[in-house]
Amino acid sequence: MVSPREKAMAKQMAKDPQKTAVTTTLEVIPANALDIPMFQVLKEDGTVHKGAKLPDINKELALKMFSTMQFIRVLDERMIAAQRQGRISFYLSSLGEEAAAIGSAAALQFEDMIMGQYREQGALAFRGFTIEQFMNQLFSNAKDLGKGRQMPVHYGCAALNFMTISSPLGTQIPQATGYAFGQKQSGEKTCTLCYFGEGAASEGDFHAGLNMAAVYKVPVIFFCRNNGYAISTPASEQFAGDGIAPRATGYGMKAIRVDGNDIFAVYAATQEARRLAVEENEPVLIEAMSYRMAGHSTSDDPTGYRTREEEDARRVREPMVRFRNWLLKKGWITEEEADAQQQSHKETVLAALKEAETVPVPALEEIIVDVYDTPTQALQEQLESLKAHIKKYPDAYPKTSGGVK
Amino acid sequence: MAKMNLLQAINSALDVAMAKNDKVSVFGEDVGHFGGVFRATSGLQEKYGRNRCFNTPLVEQGIIGFANGLAAQGSFPVAEIQFGDYIFPAFDQIVNETAKFRYRSGNEFNVGGLTIRTPYGGGIHGGHYHSQSPEAYFAHTPGLKIVIPRNPYQAKGLLLSAIFDPNPVLFMEPKRLYRAAVGEVPEDDYTIPLGKAEVVQEGTDVTVVGWGAQVEVIERAAELAAKDGVSVEIIDLRSILPWDADTVAKSVMKTGRAVVSQEAPHTMAFGSEVAATIQEQCFLYLESPVMRASGLDTPYPLAHEKEYFSDHLKTYEAIKRSLNY
Repeated sequence: MVSPREKAMAKQMAKDPQKTAVTTTLEVIPANALDIPMFQVLKEDGTVHKGAKLPDINKELALKMFSTMQFIRVLDERMIAAQRQGRISFYLSSLGEEAAAIGSAAALQFEDMIMGQYREQGALAFRGFTIEQFMNQLFSNAKDLGKGRQMPVHYGCAALNFMTISSPLGTQIPQATGYAFGQKQSGEKTCTLCYFGEGAASEGDFHAGLNMAAVYKVPVIFFCRNNGYAISTPASEQFAGDGIAPRATGYGMKAIRVDGNDIFAVYAATQEARRLAVEENEPVLIEAMSYRMAGHSTSDDPTGYRTREEEDARRVREPMVRFRNWLLKKGWITEEEADAQQQSHKETVLAALKEAETVPVPALEEIIVDVYDTPTQALQEQLESLKAHIKKYPDAYPKTSGGVK
Repeated sequence: MAKMNLLQAINSALDVAMAKNDKVSVFGEDVGHFGGVFRATSGLQEKYGRNRCFNTPLVEQGIIGFANGLAAQGSFPVAEIQFGDYIFPAFDQIVNETAKFRYRSGNEFNVGGLTIRTPYGGGIHGGHYHSQSPEAYFAHTPGLKIVIPRNPYQAKGLLLSAIFDPNPVLFMEPKRLYRAAVGEVPEDDYTIPLGKAEVVQEGTDVTVVGWGAQVEVIERAAELAAKDGVSVEIIDLRSILPWDADTVAKSVMKTGRAVVSQEAPHTMAFGSEVAATIQEQCFLYLESPVMRASGLDTPYPLAHEKEYFSDHLKTYEAIKRSLNY
């Protein structure tokens, strides 16, 4: 009996450069040798391509995916407004990219780890992160799981298998490989899905993470959201090649390019990638083609680098209308029901926002917690002198002075 | 002279340098047509073309590695790292390559033309990854120069010195002051020497040392102390590598007391080096130990930013500890 590992090793041996076939014709491989098409199930009008196979999705799941899309769109819109009103310091919208995050998260098992970049709130909502949990993080209040330490949208939740977001780009990519290596070793039949953008794919960590995943054959799905922009830098100034998917070949990894605005295509692609990852220990790179309809963040103003015409031309491809049209035609939801659901999300979001705003910041004592497993003596001393200082100048530290005894 | 904020002064310095020498080029993430996320490079691509002001792919190690190569070839690259918090993927290129290029080759090659610009510091609700003051990591690296301006006038004069200095320079810009600091700045070329501190305010009772955005904090603390009848001498180091120990020692020998105020976490921040040098050079003149006001030894927390920060009140308290020892 030959083990899968031995088989894999035999395959590696076959690729020994010493055994490469010889040619006497000088051949230059063209730069665009790979021509990877984009997998699509739903046309832009929400009808199914002739001959395309719909993924096996029941009504309950489809409606959950749609409701999550609506929720995220409402949340994004409301929180951008809240930032403009000065109620939160920062926000980052996923407008136009909801299908990529939600469709992929829906195709995973709950036990699979998700490592996000920072524009995948849809995946987190699908996992069950509540509106209260979103708001507590966004307002950095005492109920935030991250204890108010990170900027808004840096969510994380161990109970939902969603790794806490970190701002530096691409750092999660090799971490995903390591996490998946551990999952494989444990034999638990789970995988890690790692999101990042086409800009972050330029980071050295991308190379490190993908190469190691291919070498170790670990159950990881690298999910690139190619949304066309890294802040102001268009993809055309980010790389000269045909996007991100062809890079997988160089690492000896499988790849899928999918329409990121087609939630069924994303679901089907991720489901197949998961099968390959978990059952065959084959890491997979998915490139989901989309468009960042939002600014990079509330600190950004896209009018400085792209035209209204460009944005309008891309708006017709947006994912929610497409999915909604399919659901309507299928008869799984009516116009009235969809609108009522949207309205209900608005009310929920607004109520939670108002509630989270009233929750105070974490207690001052939390400032030294989690630097290490237990605060060092030096940190405890720093906290004590900080408390004495705040007692002396309570007006200068209004958020915490009330709690300092 | 013209009224400029700190960003405009930096933009003006880049403009002057690019006009003066066509081997000066400016690049980094989003610096091209858009002019950088803070707009420090606004208008430079339009004026000097895409070969001299351009976007890079999103890869900090690549930006600095590329810049090292370009500098070794004889150009004057001015590479931007969008936030000091994101400089670490380039740590290897800076510490092992930039800083050692000349020494390891016996000066067969050098990257003296290189300048790395990066915004640093907190007070902008930036949380862990848009607030750090990582200067001390780099100050531990022989071969680098590190310069930190405190206002628009300093920024332009120091940046022009940095670009044409025959050594690689890490130029750290206090982003909290980018638009907040406004002052008169000459429109033409001028330089301020690297490695020289400036006595910002003369005083007789205590010397307070700082750099960058912290100088403004010290000025506010000194105003509080003045109300108590305390005369504070304020020194802006302007460069922290190499740094002007002579100016600091001379001042401390006069006042007999010293305080360092710094944004970075307390342990091993650059103030530790300043304090050690003061006790070596001024031991018999000291009336009290060198006091430090610093950030806490924690990552930079968002909700507790005010509490974490070494503000004017903490600096004022450090001055009082020095006087009442």
